[in-house]
Amino acid sequence: MTHEEKRSWIMLVVAVVAYTAYLVIVVSRAGGRPLPDVPYAATLLWTVGAAIVASIVAEIGIGVVNPRASRAKDVRDREIGRLGEYTGQSFVIIGAVAAMLMAMAGWDRFWIANVIYLCFALSAVLGSITKIVAYRGGLPQW
Amino acid sequence: MVKATRVTNSIRSLRFANDEMTQAELAARIGVTRQTVIAIEQGRYSPSLEMAFRIAHVFGVRLDDVFQYPDSPEGTA
Repeated sequence: MTHEEKRSWIMLVVAVVAYTAYLVIVVSRAGGRPLPDVPYAATLLWTVGAAIVASIVAEIGIGVVNPRASRAKDVRDREIGRLGEYTGQSFVIIGAVAAMLMAMAGWDRFWIANVIYLCFALSAVLGSITKIVAYRGGLPQW
Repeated sequence: MVKATRVTNSIRSLRFANDEMTQAELAARIGVTRQTVIAIEQGRYSPSLEMAFRIAHVFGVRLDDVFQYPDSPEGTA
């Protein structure tokens, strides 16, 4: 497994765990209240920060466990990386457009912030899955 | 539309014919990772034309001695 494929796995796991943790915390705080009344901002920022730190720690951990593993990156890694970013990018755009429409329609800030966060998480998940599938099964021929 | 590559190759047999060259050695000589050589050998990755020429040069053979493409159009093979 190349270093870049390991990084894709890390990103997938971290994105899923961080977003799931955020959802569990926010929903468990609701306790019958409407969701927009639940304090979410600090939890959102903490889970984003924790995800970044966890990715860095996991990469360092892989380096420590197997210090002789190659970190080389070649043309195939770059092609797969581009495909993954291109695929994941779609959710960033969907999130931005959805947030814009929700703001124009006067939706609560809770929903606007959460749709953006959801789309960031989906972008990371879809991008990572695309890369892993390309590493395992091959790049598609169009 | 996404479709599998129809390009096949003889890299594995060429490696064995060249003093049992390892995948790592071939990878180092063409400037890619060993995983990329494995992916090319297994038909999971079609290299660029430039990389294909580099592979052929390593073995000292023509490009079509390394890579093959079926003559018949897709769907009639």
